Amino acid sequence: MERVTDPVDIRARREPAAPIPEVVAKRRAERQRPKAVFDLRDVQVSYGVKPAVRGVSFDMGRNEITALIGPSGCGKSTLIRCLNRMNDLIPAARVEGKVLYHDQDLYAPAVDAVEVRKRIGMVFQKPNPFPKSIYDNIAFGPRVLGMKGGMDEIVERALTHAALWDEVKDRLKANAFGLSGGQQQRLCIARCLAVEPDVILMDEPCSALDPISTGKIEDLMIELKREYSIVIVTHNMQQAARVSDRTAFFTVAPQGDPDGASGNDPTHRSGVLVEVDETEKIFTNPSDARTEAYVTGKVG
Amino acid sequence: MEASTTTAAGTRAVPELGTARRRWGEDVIKALLVLAALISVLTTTGIVIALLRETIDFFGSVGVWDFLSGGKWTPLFEPGSFGVRPLVVGTFLITAIALVVAAPLGLGAAIYLSEYARPRVRKTIKPVLELLAGVPTIVFGYFALTYFTPNILQDLLHLEVNIFNALSAGIIMGFMIIPTVASVAEDAMSAVPHSLREGAYGLGASKLQVSLRVVLPAALSGIVAAIVLGVSRAVGETMIVLLASGQVASNSVDPREPHFSLASFIGSTAGGDTPTGSIEYKTIFAVGMLLFVITLVMNLISIRFVRRYRQVYE
Amino acid sequence: MSAHGQVVGSAKRSRRAKDLGFRLLLLACIGLSILLLGMLLLDVVGDGAGHLNADFISSFTSISADKAGVQAALWGTIWLMAVCALFIVPVGVATAIYLEEYADSERWYNRLIEVNIQNLAAVPSVVYGILGLAFLVRGPLALGSTILAGGLTLGLLVLPVVIIAGREAIRAVPPSIREGSLALGATQWQTIRRQVLPAAVPGIATGVILALSRAIGETAPLIVVGAATVIAFNPSGLDSDFTALPIQIYDWISRASNDVNNYKPLAAAAILLLMIILVLMNSVAIWLRNRYEQKW
Repeated sequence: MERVTDPVDIRARREPAAPIPEVVAKRRAERQRPKAVFDLRDVQVSYGVKPAVRGVSFDMGRNEITALIGPSGCGKSTLIRCLNRMNDLIPAARVEGKVLYHDQDLYAPAVDAVEVRKRIGMVFQKPNPFPKSIYDNIAFGPRVLGMKGGMDEIVERALTHAALWDEVKDRLKANAFGLSGGQQQRLCIARCLAVEPDVILMDEPCSALDPISTGKIEDLMIELKREYSIVIVTHNMQQAARVSDRTAFFTVAPQGDPDGASGNDPTHRSGVLVEVDETEKIFTNPSDARTEAYVTGKVG
Repeated sequence: MEASTTTAAGTRAVPELGTARRRWGEDVIKALLVLAALISVLTTTGIVIALLRETIDFFGSVGVWDFLSGGKWTPLFEPGSFGVRPLVVGTFLITAIALVVAAPLGLGAAIYLSEYARPRVRKTIKPVLELLAGVPTIVFGYFALTYFTPNILQDLLHLEVNIFNALSAGIIMGFMIIPTVASVAEDAMSAVPHSLREGAYGLGASKLQVSLRVVLPAALSGIVAAIVLGVSRAVGETMIVLLASGQVASNSVDPREPHFSLASFIGSTAGGDTPTGSIEYKTIFAVGMLLFVITLVMNLISIRFVRRYRQVYE
Repeated sequence: MSAHGQVVGSAKRSRRAKDLGFRLLLLACIGLSILLLGMLLLDVVGDGAGHLNADFISSFTSISADKAGVQAALWGTIWLMAVCALFIVPVGVATAIYLEEYADSERWYNRLIEVNIQNLAAVPSVVYGILGLAFLVRGPLALGSTILAGGLTLGLLVLPVVIIAGREAIRAVPPSIREGSLALGATQWQTIRRQVLPAAVPGIATGVILALSRAIGETAPLIVVGAATVIAFNPSGLDSDFTALPIQIYDWISRASNDVNNYKPLAAAAILLLMIILVLMNSVAIWLRNRYEQKW
């Protein structure tokens, strides 16, 4: 730990200068926000010994779209995969800190990851339909989870919700691989909706799609947030600005950075949370210089 | 844990994660799968135990040194001689002949497939090699005995061979293992990166030079693996030798005469009616033990070489 | 200048001749193999085609060669293959699933299993016969020289083929499919049973057929296990004595040493029958692979 002797330094190390009334207003606004779906407290994810992302603390609200943005390698995907315990699939992955879902510890020993994933669904970057018919793709989740109710209705409802019903209603038995990229991704969203989750996580859902399909899915997201809480990782700043309510900006910083937890290797760079706020504020008047550099395109 | 809070219309009840019930079904399934996987371990254990038990018993009546170095194999005589050397001589004589056939032909085929053949030609040649590999060994034995020895060796080449001879068995065995040698060698050659070849072509080398001076040396460990694997297969092969090479335990290295091999001896002695516990019964296991050890060692050597060439290029 | 050109020209010509010579030499290697295969097939067909007819298939073996047939051997082979398949499919597929989906390959015991399978694939078939003799025919299980013992011995012999093919087929299923299934809240086994295995079935089936193709032609293990050579009845159950096509072939070839004219055609006809069955099996395998192979 460094010895700070210069008084000027001490002041500079506090939260970057925000006029006091704004801070007060911010805190008041947060108190009025709806209850959080996720509450992350000092979360750190490591693969083996090296942390991929560290010191993450913030919350995500119900019926909101929270966007995680930042440059490559800052751990956004790693973080979102913590929220439905998909990182459990990687033997070397370790999650520290607290991930609270509706005030329940997701990583408590008594919690079954399978139960978690029933409530927190995920759509992946590359559409991954099953090698089955469109109908069976949607029906797979409900069947496997033992959901009651007519399968036909469940499938139709899910496909309608995902704005895909009209396009496929005449060929439900066709193989899902015959759909276009954008349709496949909406199929994956419908598949996710069929099990009636509480939260939908989206890991760069449009990065493999063309602009028109992207637009359709963005419209869909805004529709869906009325019933679900959505967390989206995106490389596309404009997308975050268009669809999200709150945005969290991450970046890569060396281990010895004061914003992060102290690590062992001072040269190792891992992801840190820089700033999280209302989307409009992040993009028009960010508090941190790094955020500003990123959203104005000065830094990639 | 928490009661649902209804705020705006459309919000759901807060889901409860609850305490996890242990999924017994998943555990049972995993246990069954492990059990199945253990069968392969049990098989090896079984082989080792079966061989070891009777072999140790065998060495109760026959000295180990007599067995390994003795030159007379007459187990059925009263008193019998149990020197296994003739069987080993026969095994390696036939294997050597097989290698003389399989090494050049197998490598030649591998070089052609890897360096020369166009995709369409490859598509026709590979199935032929697979066909060769799929012929049951008893068919090879039949061919060696009833056609190759009388028509090729005796009539065509005018060789003075016994109707049962090691030469016929060895040559036909060689053809049998060509697919094994060719496929492993070709695999190794294909693993050699194109950049090495391109460097040589760029200097003006011909295909011959590139194949022999660049690819072959680069794929050397894989080629060694291929040959060792071929030898291992030849050593363990029973029916071709049993049918074509007769049933004589001989120390001579004259391929025109009949010879037992380790495997063919087992094949000829075992049968439903050998009484358990008899010395005859025990010879099956002692010879089997020797055969098992030899092929195991060769297989381990071959795996080592395969790993080496895979490591270098992958 | 022209002298230099001449030298270069002739060097080029001799190099091209060497290249061509080498290429022809390599082709000769393959050609010799094809030649031998051709000779073998022609010989078998020539000797045996005349004798392969409905009578041959429906008769039992007999002292008088002209009345002998392969019915007992054919049925014995069919029964053996059935027992073999019923063993290798569940055990082989289960092992493949365990190694690909559950086993942490860093652990020593899992690596032991993998090394084991590799070694078992190289053990001579006659040693498997000894294993069968010691543990199945005699020893603890004392099944006797029965169909069950024979089928299980063959099953142990070709089990590595199924395991290796099964692993490849399972590995070919992309991880994204598993992730998609798990992300919906399916358990690991539900994912395997409903997504991975169905997609891997064509590859597994091909592997099983390949394994059976190997097992069907194996003679040495059956000899050691005590298959009978002169049997005039079809298998009556798992505990019945049996013979099989390869064994019958072996018996007739042995007799042909003394009585070529009567027994050589019999052996050849039986070999022909065996080869036809093999060709059929492999055709089914190829058809399966082409029709059902999943292109991701």
